[in-house]
Amino acid sequence: MAVSVKNLKIYYQTLRGQVQAVDNVSFDIKDHEILGMAGESGCGKSTFSNSLVLLKPPMKFMGGRVELDGESLPLADFRKMNEFRYKKISLIPQYAMNALNPTRKIGRMIAELLASRGVSFSKISRELDRRLKLVNLNRSVMKMYPFELSGGMRQRAVMVIATLLDPSLLLADEITSALDVSTQKAVAKMLVQFRDMDLVKSLVFVTHDISILYQIADRVLIMYAGKAVEIAPTKKITKEPLHPYTRLLISSLPDVGVKYSERRLAGIKGRPPGLLNPFPGCRFKERCPVRFEKCDKEPPLAEVSENHQVACWREVGNNG
Amino acid sequence: MGRYFRRKLLIYLLTFFAAVSINWMIPRLMPGDPIRALIGRAALRAEAADKVAEYFSRIYGLDQPAWRQYVNFWTSLFKGDLGISIYLSPKPVTQVIRDSIPFDLGLLIPAILCSWIVGNKFGAFAARRKRLDGIVLPIWYVFTATPYMWLAILLAYVFGVLLGIFPIAGAYSFAISPSLSISFILNYLKHWFLPFLSLFIVQLGGWAIGMRNMIIYELEADYSRYMESLGAPRKLIRRYAFRNAMLPQITGLALQLGVIVAGAVGTQVVFSYPGIGYLLLQAVMYKDYFLIQGCFLFIVIGVLIANFVIDVIYVIVDPRVRHGMGGETA
Repeated sequence: MAVSVKNLKIYYQTLRGQVQAVDNVSFDIKDHEILGMAGESGCGKSTFSNSLVLLKPPMKFMGGRVELDGESLPLADFRKMNEFRYKKISLIPQYAMNALNPTRKIGRMIAELLASRGVSFSKISRELDRRLKLVNLNRSVMKMYPFELSGGMRQRAVMVIATLLDPSLLLADEITSALDVSTQKAVAKMLVQFRDMDLVKSLVFVTHDISILYQIADRVLIMYAGKAVEIAPTKKITKEPLHPYTRLLISSLPDVGVKYSERRLAGIKGRPPGLLNPFPGCRFKERCPVRFEKCDKEPPLAEVSENHQVACWREVGNNG
Repeated sequence: MGRYFRRKLLIYLLTFFAAVSINWMIPRLMPGDPIRALIGRAALRAEAADKVAEYFSRIYGLDQPAWRQYVNFWTSLFKGDLGISIYLSPKPVTQVIRDSIPFDLGLLIPAILCSWIVGNKFGAFAARRKRLDGIVLPIWYVFTATPYMWLAILLAYVFGVLLGIFPIAGAYSFAISPSLSISFILNYLKHWFLPFLSLFIVQLGGWAIGMRNMIIYELEADYSRYMESLGAPRKLIRRYAFRNAMLPQITGLALQLGVIVAGAVGTQVVFSYPGIGYLLLQAVMYKDYFLIQGCFLFIVIGVLIANFVIDVIYVIVDPRVRHGMGGETA
């Protein structure tokens, strides 16, 4: 088991109270696996990936543990986490296009960054060349400033930088959101290639776009309002989703060959609840079409069939 | 590159022409007549005064129509002739200004550069250090809000009058004459210190506040955040932030130069420091057109040269400007 997350709670401290952005989330990521993490804005998916690399105020660690290769991560200790950052856990950020210092040549920035982490640039230089080739970048970009590259090139450069030290866990946070569809697929394929070549051990691909997860993820974790509501292999979750939220989410995707001028694309009525003092019970109950009395208690994330976990009383109740 | 500097040079030439023309005009809009003011001091009989005034007006070319005077002004300017000072007659303006340049630059350049460098370093240091920041930020705000002249008076009163540590007037004691001896240099530095300090303190506040804010802004930027996510040490992140925060500070220096020079006028007046600012005040009081023009000319040239130097420096330090020059359109 490469990564195991148990009861992780990450809240935001605000003046009006604590926002429960990631609340009691547990799941595992296997070696060599790409886990897709999906959900709408504000469901806590980015909070999760940020909490593993850069947990600082107003973000607050409220409990739980995350194990990486058998080692427990000192999430609450910013300094101690530095040993894990980059070397063990790395990030391709949402803002990858602006992630490089605008007034440093990319090569020099990498050299300085590596030196500060005690890695010799000259030793890694050949590997760097190889990886640049992997993402279709010319070696000459090392001698360029970030503003001389296009947005897509910058993002690919960041992909190379993020994976340069072969991290055990790579977090890709909404990296395809700002790209057009054809580039999205290319970037996603590169990530799969990184995994296949063992440049990264496990990958968490955070996105609000489920259709891209079809193409690359082994398993998908659906988040809703700070909770993990369903985890299953990609095929299973797309073919037979169990949680009402997942069902609605997937049915609201457009189908190929259907003209939506004739039929309105179905959405999910309502909005996700505010996470500052959320109501008790299932957080989806107010929008849920199949709600019943039991939903006022919080449903556990339970295994309903092999490799398929759901947090819904309808499903859990069926099994006992 | 060449195109960039050609364009800059053209802009500077136009600015120079406009500024010098306005400077020619301003003293002539003042009420009163410089010759009359001069003769007034001699207390001549009215009859003789008229004759003398007529004579001097002719000599200074002030009897000619305005446009003629303007043309004359430019032609002699190209010959390097700024005319004869009326109030320090018969000294030529060029010589009067040349005599005060060392005192002026000797005061201004150290004050501007020291405050800029110290302000930037200290401001960057204080940014994101909560306790220090909480103490020094209000102090800086007081500094920068202080008028130059007011601080100069305060310093002169406390250190000169009350404590008697520093002299409060002149660039050196009247008893000694300028030479390169140690006693003169010490004497000079003693006179130099208070005017320098008053200029330094007021400017320091502004630079430090600017730098502090820029550093905080840069530390919030995405690239800083990403460096942090990759476990880069604070030192490296701050170094990047400092370098990037310096760019607007360099621009700020160019923009502030004019204001600083104006501020120096007040300081020099308070301390009767024989720089261009003090000279300018005297020239205005005696309506000495030629000396006023000369002082303004010096200030205009100084500010333009400094701006040009900063333009060049900017090209060196900011790769975006350097690389953008090829296809620059806007």
